[in-house]
Amino acid sequence: MLLFQATLPDFCNRVEGGFLVQALSTGSVIAEVLAADEDSFLKEWVDDARLLKHNTAMAPEPELRLQCANFLASFRKGVQSGVVGKASDPQWDDLRGLLADVSKSRALQGFTAIEIAAFVFSFKKPLYHRLRQAEKDPLVLASQIWETTELLDSFGLYATELWLDTREAIIRRQQEEMLELSTPVIKLWHNILALPLIGTLDSARTQVVMESLLGAIVETNSRVAILDITGVPTVDTVVAQHLLKTVTAARLMGAECIISGIRPQIAQTIVHLGINLLDITTKATLRDAFALALERTGQSIRSEEAPVN
Amino acid sequence: MAVISSETIPVTSEPDIVFVRRRVRETAAQIGLSLVDQTKVVTAASELARNTLIYGGGGAMQLESLNGPRLGVRLTFSDNGPGIPDIQLALRDGFTTGSGLGLGLGGTKRLVNEFAIESKVGQGTKIIITRWK
Repeated sequence: MLLFQATLPDFCNRVEGGFLVQALSTGSVIAEVLAADEDSFLKEWVDDARLLKHNTAMAPEPELRLQCANFLASFRKGVQSGVVGKASDPQWDDLRGLLADVSKSRALQGFTAIEIAAFVFSFKKPLYHRLRQAEKDPLVLASQIWETTELLDSFGLYATELWLDTREAIIRRQQEEMLELSTPVIKLWHNILALPLIGTLDSARTQVVMESLLGAIVETNSRVAILDITGVPTVDTVVAQHLLKTVTAARLMGAECIISGIRPQIAQTIVHLGINLLDITTKATLRDAFALALERTGQSIRSEEAPVN
Repeated sequence: MAVISSETIPVTSEPDIVFVRRRVRETAAQIGLSLVDQTKVVTAASELARNTLIYGGGGAMQLESLNGPRLGVRLTFSDNGPGIPDIQLALRDGFTTGSGLGLGLGGTKRLVNEFAIESKVGQGTKIIITRWK
């Protein structure tokens, strides 16, 4: 009579016909099946992984093959000790390092998070196929598959998290680039600066705007600065306050500011809000502001040819 | 009066305010508000969203487009912040408990057609504004 004393966490020790049989640990079984036919395993896996196309292009085949081969080698190294363990265990250091590299390079190539996770999960099919062939006892097989699933799932999540980290780093870098991009101080004429403001004037950007303007005033010794807000879609009280502060700071440094590019709808909104811009010189267009700036700095532009009348 | 469309946008960070402005502008353009009125309602939304974030500690905005008898856009800002003890004082120009110009609330009222405010100290604030076409 075959007698099972099997409970799920620990049924590798079974009693068969009265004799206690110590089953091989899951790690050792995996190490064995992987050693048996490494080449055909790899081929099967690469063929599967290649079909995991979601919405972007898959990695070029040689690269995919190399990543699969490295993953397999690291995985074999991990199970050498015979223990599957957890993804955070030291025997998986190599594999985690490899996944970090793969996730980062794929995130930069534009792969989706699903594709990164699917790459790891696709390792299951060829592996479980071999485990099924090696183990006839369904309970032992179930336990092996469960142990391996837990491990590979956490590797999949780990790879996804690294993908996310890389993407967030890209976004942060782009935000910083945008801060710089959006604040060019232009030397328009002798003693005249222009600052075309574009987009949202939140506090981080306004700080950069103010700093670069004040810096440029010192550098170029300019006496007039034109702040053009044609490209600012909304002027609310906070934006107005930022503008007022910038104008005041520039004034303290001996430069006069002219705000230009105030469109009709912005003018009406400012009036309704009750913002007082009376102390500040404002003009509808950059052209008007430039003409005024020339006048204030005692300069003029004349055509060499006589005007045709 | 029928509600044509309704959506709720969280207001919990600076980028959320940018998104609020964009959605309000799109909705206002959709129902055919003039450029001046679009700018007014977007500016009002910007003020209230910032108040929700800074003074209310974050909250949400409900954006509705209305039909009947005229087309219009209605915005409801709500938060669970400290509330406003004296609404009349808060509406007065130049009054602020923060570092702003103190024009946001009173200015917003002048930018829209309907303005309603409910606030309970310790429980939160709800402001509803409507701009008709």
